[in-house]
Amino acid sequence: MRISGAQIIVECLKEQGVDTVFGYPGGTILPFYDALRDAPIRHILTAHEQGAAHAADGYARASGRAGVCIATSGPGATNLVTGLAAAFMDSVPVVAITGQVPTALIGRDAFQEVDITGITMPVTKHNFLVKDAAKLAETIRYAFRIAGSGRPGPVLVDVPRDIQTAAILFEPAAEPADMVPFAVAGAAVARIEAAAVAIARAKRPAIIAGGGAVAAEAAPEIAALAAKIACPVVSTLMGLGAFPASHPLFLGLTGMHGHKAANNCIHDADLIIAVGSRFSDRVTGDRAKYAAGKTVIHIDVDPAEIDKNVAAHIGITGDMKTILAMLVDRLAAGDNPSWWQTIAAWQEENRLPPAADKLTAPWLCGEIAVRTGGGGYIFATDVGQHQMWAAQHLKIETPRTWVTSGGLGAMGYGLPAAVGAQLAVPDKRVIHIAGDSGFKMTGAELHTVAAHRLPIISVILDNGGLGMIRQLQHAFFDRRYTACELPGVDFVAFAAAFGIRAVSVDTRDGFAAAFAAALASPDPQVIVAAIDPADLVSPMVPPGAAINAYLDI
Amino acid sequence: MKHALSILVYNQPGVLVRVAGMFSRRGFNIHSLTVGITQDPRYSRITVVVCGDNGILDQIVKQLDKLVEVEAIQLLPPETSVRRGIAMVKIAAGGDKRSEVLKLAEVFRANIVDVAEQSVTIEITGDDDKINAFIELINPYGLLEMVRTGMAGLARGASTIYDYERRDCYEQIVL
Repeated sequence: MRISGAQIIVECLKEQGVDTVFGYPGGTILPFYDALRDAPIRHILTAHEQGAAHAADGYARASGRAGVCIATSGPGATNLVTGLAAAFMDSVPVVAITGQVPTALIGRDAFQEVDITGITMPVTKHNFLVKDAAKLAETIRYAFRIAGSGRPGPVLVDVPRDIQTAAILFEPAAEPADMVPFAVAGAAVARIEAAAVAIARAKRPAIIAGGGAVAAEAAPEIAALAAKIACPVVSTLMGLGAFPASHPLFLGLTGMHGHKAANNCIHDADLIIAVGSRFSDRVTGDRAKYAAGKTVIHIDVDPAEIDKNVAAHIGITGDMKTILAMLVDRLAAGDNPSWWQTIAAWQEENRLPPAADKLTAPWLCGEIAVRTGGGGYIFATDVGQHQMWAAQHLKIETPRTWVTSGGLGAMGYGLPAAVGAQLAVPDKRVIHIAGDSGFKMTGAELHTVAAHRLPIISVILDNGGLGMIRQLQHAFFDRRYTACELPGVDFVAFAAAFGIRAVSVDTRDGFAAAFAAALASPDPQVIVAAIDPADLVSPMVPPGAAINAYLDI
Repeated sequence: MKHALSILVYNQPGVLVRVAGMFSRRGFNIHSLTVGITQDPRYSRITVVVCGDNGILDQIVKQLDKLVEVEAIQLLPPETSVRRGIAMVKIAAGGDKRSEVLKLAEVFRANIVDVAEQSVTIEITGDDDKINAFIELINPYGLLEMVRTGMAGLARGASTIYDYERRDCYEQIVL
């Protein structure tokens, strides 16, 4: 059967079970859009290509299925770059399909021509420029396989316009593309045995859940491991949800703005079991001090993570679910009363005295946690102070209900990612928490929210500026605040321009009432919560310092 | 510490950029790099000499292994491999210096590939040490310009890069 290249892309998307794509049209991708018109695939037109990339990323994080974004050549393609980099840093399966100028024009600086495979090479797991129409179908299928297998990541396929219009022989895939499961081989088994011995000897063990644990769907196995040996669990920013926040063994977030109990626990531990964490600098601070005096067991799907940042005494690579299950089988049940006594003292310290009745972000996040306690919600954040407050004070109980740009820290991520998550998982409601400045970057995606009546609740923590920048200048630049104040935006009127109901609050009661009303309504909602620009995220560990070297701010 | 690595890659546009890009992006230092075809037109083979300790080498191998177009990687340690590069050196060896230069070339089993009134161009093949030694000795005679290829290498004995098996797990320091 001969069909057009554009139709082949559509057929391949259907083969992969793609139900939704996020995109923005342009000249060189129009043949594909024409083919998409009659396809059983929902196209979500975003306000900007960056929004399409973040939305595909949010879709993938919330659902576990590859997200797909579409853009035209030139500026369309370059606008995807931040989104692809965010997905790359956090290992999210995204497939980007871009139009390219016709093959005969490539290299001639044609209108809207850029070398997008060259540009995205360092921020994609792999990318392709399709120059041979006969290879189009296999390339699209391969792109999905690369994106979803092993350590997931974004893949870009650049398709010149003439390839989209060429009549090509198409053979449907024999069967749905199957993922090759990771076998746990002999050497890994030996190392699992060694890990079990080391864990049995440890007096002060701790588990670090990273984003890889979420990607590997390893939450039940982490829970089993923690329960079996009564081991405290901490989570990186990316790992939130891999272990239930309300579980008594959970100590909270670890890292630069981690809970003190969690950071102290890692610092004092004599053995750490890192599951799907790449030991980012924001997690470890000073890497030498981080690992000093501990046995490090590092479990990851990607062999290159072992010994990359922190040298592992025992590195085990492969499918984390299987590895953890095998490890649990080899461990005797135990408890650890003296270790828990130490930890309990830190947890006591953690309990901050309730501040006065001023509206603060920690209180607000706590209120959201209480109101959404029954589950059924996904939390998406932007990047900055509010992100840290959300990570500290929300209760992320289950995997894939926490959508945040961790590695890249891309401001503007939150709203489009919330759009993607909401479309991927319609039976959960997305609560989007943003700062005012990040919201300004991609706030035009409220148009997408409104166009599809997505029931997203956007909570904008408005401190009239760049709170995290202000905090860094407060801590490290002698309070010489510069380029961090952006007051005077009427977000209520902004939302109203898209037909979205918004309210502004500046008290606890006001927020509680507004949030309750938002939950009661099935419509998109925006709540603008005014907070004090002087509020700081605490605890704080300076970059590069030991993770228990809290800054007194 | 220098290490030579042989990398079998799919012969596709952009593959060299992808491999070289990984090195520069992660701050790994390339001392030399050569690339050429193999007996199988589907593959090219890159020989790269890198500087770094065992930990860096371990990361280089693992990061290379992740590249979709990399099919196999083989270490070429000096004891168990042959490594050769070529240098061409143009010497301002006219008149009475010429015989000394030619004698030196003979000692190193280098070839004279061009002779002109005012210059001699010498081609020398060998491992890094041999080429470096030759250049050091010939330099005082008036080295006008030179060009070097990177090292190319093969393992000694019957073992080949095709014996490589993608490892699914690694020792603490694998190499």
